[in-house]
Amino acid sequence: MVLELHKPRPIWQIMFSTHHTDVGLLYLIMSLGFLFLGGALALAIRAELFFPGSQIIADSMTFNRMFTVHGTTLIFLFILPSASAVGNYFVPIMVRYKDMAYPKLNAIAFWMIPPGGALIWLGFADFTWYATPPYSIISAPGPAADMWIFGLKILGVSSILGAINFVVTIMKCKHPDMSLGQVPLLAWSFLSSSLIILVALPTFAAALLMLLTDRLGVSGFFNPAMGGDPIAYAHLFWFTFHPEVYVLVIPAIGMMYEIIPRFSRKPIFSHASGLAAFIILAIVGFSSWAHHMYATGMSFTEKTVFMVGTLAAVPASAMHVFNFLATMWGGRIRFSTPMMWAVGGIALFFSAGAGGVVNSAMPLDFVTHDSYWVVGHFHLFVMGTIAFGTIGYVYYMFPYVTGRMYHEVLGKIHFVLAMIGTVMVFFTQHVLGLYGMPRRIYDYPPIPEWIAMNQIATVGAMLIGISMAIWLGNMIYSSAKGPEANMEDPFGLGGRYYYPHTQKNPHH
Amino acid sequence: MQNQPNMRGLIGSMSDEHSSWPEWVYIGVVVALLCWVGAEAWNVERLVEHVPEDAEIIKVVGQQWFWTFEHEDGTKEVGELHLETGKAYKFEITSTDVNHSFNIHDYVVLLDAVPGRINTVWFSPTEAGEYDIQCREYCGLIHYNMRGKLYVEDPS
Ligand code: HEM
Ligand SMILES: [Cu+2]
Ligand SMILES: [Cu+2]
Repeated sequence: MVLELHKPRPIWQIMFSTHHTDVGLLYLIMSLGFLFLGGALALAIRAELFFPGSQIIADSMTFNRMFTVHGTTLIFLFILPSASAVGNYFVPIMVRYKDMAYPKLNAIAFWMIPPGGALIWLGFADFTWYATPPYSIISAPGPAADMWIFGLKILGVSSILGAINFVVTIMKCKHPDMSLGQVPLLAWSFLSSSLIILVALPTFAAALLMLLTDRLGVSGFFNPAMGGDPIAYAHLFWFTFHPEVYVLVIPAIGMMYEIIPRFSRKPIFSHASGLAAFIILAIVGFSSWAHHMYATGMSFTEKTVFMVGTLAAVPASAMHVFNFLATMWGGRIRFSTPMMWAVGGIALFFSAGAGGVVNSAMPLDFVTHDSYWVVGHFHLFVMGTIAFGTIGYVYYMFPYVTGRMYHEVLGKIHFVLAMIGTVMVFFTQHVLGLYGMPRRIYDYPPIPEWIAMNQIATVGAMLIGISMAIWLGNMIYSSAKGPEANMEDPFGLGGRYYYPHTQKNPHH
Repeated sequence: MQNQPNMRGLIGSMSDEHSSWPEWVYIGVVVALLCWVGAEAWNVERLVEHVPEDAEIIKVVGQQWFWTFEHEDGTKEVGELHLETGKAYKFEITSTDVNHSFNIHDYVVLLDAVPGRINTVWFSPTEAGEYDIQCREYCGLIHYNMRGKLYVEDPS
């Protein structure tokens, strides 16, 4: 067992290491750092929207830059690296191999992220996380826009390198005694999300270069003034980023597959069903990208095709929900902090999916599209499902990483405040969207319903902010001063903490 | 290894040594619900996209950061639009600079204004009154205030 902070080492030993748990620790610390940075931007955005008129942010350009960097940061610098952190720690262990397949490549993939992140933060671009042309070509101020493009280019390459490493580690380095079907679901989640990355991401990588040359004026792929077509960019972008949303969510589901059976003290209801759902999602996820583009003027036939493609991917997500509930059913559940986060995350995952179905139904999307409804929809995934699953997992792996226990009561307070806050912000935003408030606006007319709902959302966001401050304190204090964890069974569940293959289940 | 799943092939059997019919029932219900949503959506969209023959054409141009409207008789309006109840109108929407999205939320009129393209959507106002027109696609500095007013009057 590697106990990183338990047996302190000089920081450079960890930084120059290629060992998977060291790289995992670097990923973990960096991604949490960006979570707090990106979260701070969110609080500022919410504070600005508490009243109509200008509050704390001086002008709309600053506001636009803030929500752009907020979104870019949390997707590329928190969600993806935090998943890599968990994958680095656990995938080699789960396939019973000594390290990742290519340790140096692993370290390189990690070290590409800080420069990518620096470009995004130092540039502070304003053209939203999808950099839509022609705005991004003819109107967005440089050098911020160009720095964002280069930053994403670097992060994309890092992501591809990481994906190659996970695929090879799982497919080629797993213990010969273990068939691919026997690989635990958490490791399977990394296999399927990595395969999606390898198929999906190159498309966006190409689009980014075309965007850059368009900005330089040497090409006009997406610039109508030079005979190009902005809709082409939308297709390229969403061909990557609809599948990419599954890349974001699948590892979090994998983490829940670790937590739920462990704290229900029962085996997973159906390993095969979870595995099938991962595979189905990785394939069918590619049939729905243009559901983001109903309002660009697509024909009725195109819209129908992409609606059907989107709905076809829903049962796979629904299978996970069933699997979790069936696992908990009749279990001796212990609601320790990780379990609370996982269960809360599943409830929000279900709500988010239901909202997604509404978006997919073509006539309804003309109510919700580019309104606050969509903001609420995807935040129930990115915050409610992914961040919840990840935070739960960070609590879960805390004794493993540090050798110490966190403060359980503070962990529960963190969950309760964050859960209330999440419901207040993102459910309210759905309703706000139905009342017609567009997303990405710095100011809004004083419509009473809009004001009330924005205020509820802002108060909810502040609750989340407070809860995260409690978490930060708990993590920092407990990793240095927390009680020593019982490494055999830190959560008192009976049965060994790690590793799943050797775990004897009391019920079998 | 007794709680290892019994995998035959990769997707294999859906059962792990216990009955799986509740899951199949559940999947059946989910699929049935999705089919229903899809069919309803298909049908409604088909109906709302059917433009009446006699719809009057209004040319809509979005540019940073205001809307211009041109009626069939050539009269132009900026930032406001005057229409009458009981008539059908077809918007031909485009942009001269970046993408915008033309939106009258109260009548579920929403379509992107894309330079180099003309997108069409129709509607028929039913009640006299004032309605908000707004831009729903990020378009830069004053996107938040790219707003207009729709005035609907009863025909005189
Ligand atoms: C049940 C599965 C899902 C369905 C049916 C679904 C459906 C949709 C649809 C139709 C839209 C377009 C809404 C619009 O712009 O008008 C959308 C937007 C979005 N969805 Fe989902 N979705 C699902 C799962 C997910 C997951 C798992 C994630 C992320 C982890 C996600 C993230 C997003 C994001 C980020 C957007 C908005 C992108 C943007 O405009 O900025 N969705 N979803
Ligand atoms: Cu999508
Ligand atoms: Cu706009």
